[in-house]
Formats: sequence, structure tokens, C-alpha cells
Amino acid sequence: MSVLDYFLRHPNEVLELTLEHLWMVGVSTLLAVAVGLPLGVLLTRRPGWKRAVLGGANVAQTIPSLALFGFLLTLPWLRQQRADYLAILALTLYALLPVIRNTHAGIAGVDPAVVEAGRGMGLTGRQLLFQVELPLAMGVILAGVRVAAVIGVGLATIAAAIGAGGLGEYIFRGVAMVNDQLILAGVIPAALLALAADFGLGLVEKRLRAA
Amino acid sequence: MSEPANAVIEFRNVSYGLDSERVLLRELSLEVRRGETLVLLGRSGSGKTTTLKLVNRLLEPTAGEVRVEGRATTDWDAIRLRRRIGYVIQEVGLFPHFTVERNVGLVPAVEGWPADRIRARVRELLELVGLDPAWGARTPRELSGGQRQRVGVARALAADPPILLLDEPFGALDPLTRADLQREFRALEQRLGKTVVFVTHDLREALALGSRIALLEAGRLEGVFTPAEFLSARQGLAADYVAAFRTAEQSTSLRGEP
Repeated sequence: MSVLDYFLRHPNEVLELTLEHLWMVGVSTLLAVAVGLPLGVLLTRRPGWKRAVLGGANVAQTIPSLALFGFLLTLPWLRQQRADYLAILALTLYALLPVIRNTHAGIAGVDPAVVEAGRGMGLTGRQLLFQVELPLAMGVILAGVRVAAVIGVGLATIAAAIGAGGLGEYIFRGVAMVNDQLILAGVIPAALLALAADFGLGLVEKRLRAA
Repeated sequence: MSEPANAVIEFRNVSYGLDSERVLLRELSLEVRRGETLVLLGRSGSGKTTTLKLVNRLLEPTAGEVRVEGRATTDWDAIRLRRRIGYVIQEVGLFPHFTVERNVGLVPAVEGWPADRIRARVRELLELVGLDPAWGARTPRELSGGQRQRVGVARALAADPPILLLDEPFGALDPLTRADLQREFRALEQRLGKTVVFVTHDLREALALGSRIALLEAGRLEGVFTPAEFLSARQGLAADYVAAFRTAEQSTSLRGEP
């Protein structure tokens, strides 16, 4: 049975797993932005915290993904939560680093003359941040979000290992049954999702950079 | 202590250092009188930019105090202080994501002026600095260097501050544009009567624009001169400046001869 046959015969199941996948990646990426963007801004104001925060985010990145998903299952309180919430937590941890790093780099990269002019004319820290620094850094920040989302699509396939669903279901099932077509049934939609996320966020990024 | 009459900005024994070894400015005492253009002249590293940034509290003195309108800068709310002081730098620092109009109107906007008053003010200012008000819709990228600096001056004047600080504003421009802007700036200054502190390393510019010239060297004030006093200085650093200036003039006039 070919992949195509499989898609045609189980359209609802494919769609459902794709949506689960999209849900986990979408929510974790949004959470990573919600946490990582303020953290990145904070690092530009408190350079002393840079090592600790970026180091911490780096360490999260180095944990093998299968292990991280597994660890979450063993933690007291956490293991009683829904599996997809655990997966979202793990994915968020992975998405943090590119968001924090790019937010910091984007703001640090704003022309110092522009910042000096803004401070010199009496903008408050908040006005400078929201009217000048963030708009000018937005292209770089979005590039980080784009990386985070694309990595997230790939990593989210591991979520199936802890029963959180998503396109990884097909991959794990296919591996267990030594069925390459079933593996492809998970891989192809995941690859398409990653491409779509990359392309879509790339468009937004381009528009913001041009502005 | 009594306030010297008419002193809008006053440095009282001001020192500024990054730490005890790197002192950029030593025991500066200096006053800037209402309506005058005081030029801070000196080489790079002489402390002139440091002196300027102490006025709008981008830097705070490590010793002594800087008084603006009779109050120490450290007693001012920094934001209120800076909005009373126009600030123009060599790199201009226009906001690249804003139109010219939004750049010029930013301080009035954050001060809460109504939109139509801001628009009228921006038009008025663009005309004042010799730009077509229709250019308000352009972005800084579409302007030449000289036009950008005109916008920079307009932006600094937006909320009609009584004090203007300029840090080598024309230093990055070609000689012809620079001469144009110097001439127009002098006319503008005579019309507006602001208290101006102007930083430059160029003696010609200092002589053309300054009511008085404060000469700085290695973080110390060498003296304060009127342009006439400066030119007739017979000894000291001022005389060296004038000698170098005359030599440069002579070599150009010599080369001009057949």
C-alpha cells in the first residue's frame, strides 16, 4: 500500500494528527515568544544576566529530545497532566533559545546613533523600546521565531512517544512495523508543515524588514 | 553660591571619569549665557562630547555639578530635562522606520499635542530648515546627507526647547553642503535666539558660529575666547590652532597660484 493510498483511505485520521501537530507547535511557539521576547529585552537592559539566561536556554537545547519528553513523564505533578501539555512544555523549552537570542541580537543591533538620538530627545525607556527598538529589531526577532517554529515541527514528532499524538504517531507506528510507507505518512505532512511555517513566517519577516 | 547673571548652563568643578584611571573631563568650570552660541573646540578625545552629554544628563558628573536653568541636572527629571533641550548628533540618528514628518513630530506627539497642531508645527519647521514640507511623507532613506541633517535640526527644534546641543552636526557632510548649513544655521540661530552649545574640531566652524569658543584639551579647559581673542592669541594652544589654520590656508593659496 503506497503513502498516497493511505492518505486517500484515512483522510480524517491524517487531518486529525496534522492538526494535533500544528496545535502543539503553534502553542509552544507562541509560549516561547511570550516568555522569550521579554527575556531577550531584559538581557539588553541587564547584560550581567546574559550568561545565565542564554546558558540556561542553551542547556535546554542540548538535552536529547526523546529524553526530555521522557523526563517530564517522571516528574511528580507533571506526569498527571495531559500528554499534549507535557509535549508543549518540552517544545517551548526548545523554542526559547532562538527567540531569546534573536530578540537580544535584534535590539543590540539597532543603530546606536538612533538610540542615542531617542534618549537625547527625552523618550522614556518604554517609549524607546516600543516605538524604536522593537520595531527596528522585529525582522531579526521574527527570524528567530521562524527557526523556533521549523525546529518545533520536527521535534513535535517525538511527542507521540509520550502519547501526545501528532504526526509522530505514524512514524513510531511505521518504525515498529518496519513499514516505510507508514513512516512517510508521518514524514510528508510534517515536512510540508515545516515548509509552510518557514515560508509563511518568511513572508511576514520580509515585509517587516522592508518597512 | 550666587548664580551668575544669565547663565543658562553652568559647570561647577565638573569631572567625569569611567573609573579613577580613565578621567575624560577634569574640574571643568564654565558657563553658557542665555542666547549665546558657545563652541566647544578640541581634538577627538579632548572631552567635548562628554561635556555636551553632561548637559542633557546622558552622562552624570562623577564630581561637581552641572546646573541647567539654575538646577543641578541630577535634580531634574531626566526626561523633562531632555525635552527642554534639543539634541543633534553627527550621525543624525533619524528613526529609519518613521517618515520625516513622524521623526520631526515625535517629541510633540509624546508630549500629547493634538494631531493638527503637530502637523502644522512640522510644516513650519521643515520650511524653517529649508526643506519642502511635502517631503514630510518621505522616509530618511530617501534623503541626502545634508537633508537628513536638516531634518535632525528640525526634530531638535520641534518642541521649541530653549537650549540646543549640537555634536559635530555638519562633520559628515561634503564641504559645500557644510558651508550652506553653517550659514543657514547662523541665520536660524540669530532669528531664534536659543542658547546653543556646539561641538566641533574645526576652527573655521568655531570662528564662524561661536559667540565664544571654549578650548578643550585632554579633558581640561584651556580657556574661553571670543573669536577675535582666539585669532589674536599669541601663545598657548589657541595660538597653535591658529598657526595650523593659517598654514593650511597658505598652502591652499600657494597651490592656487600658477
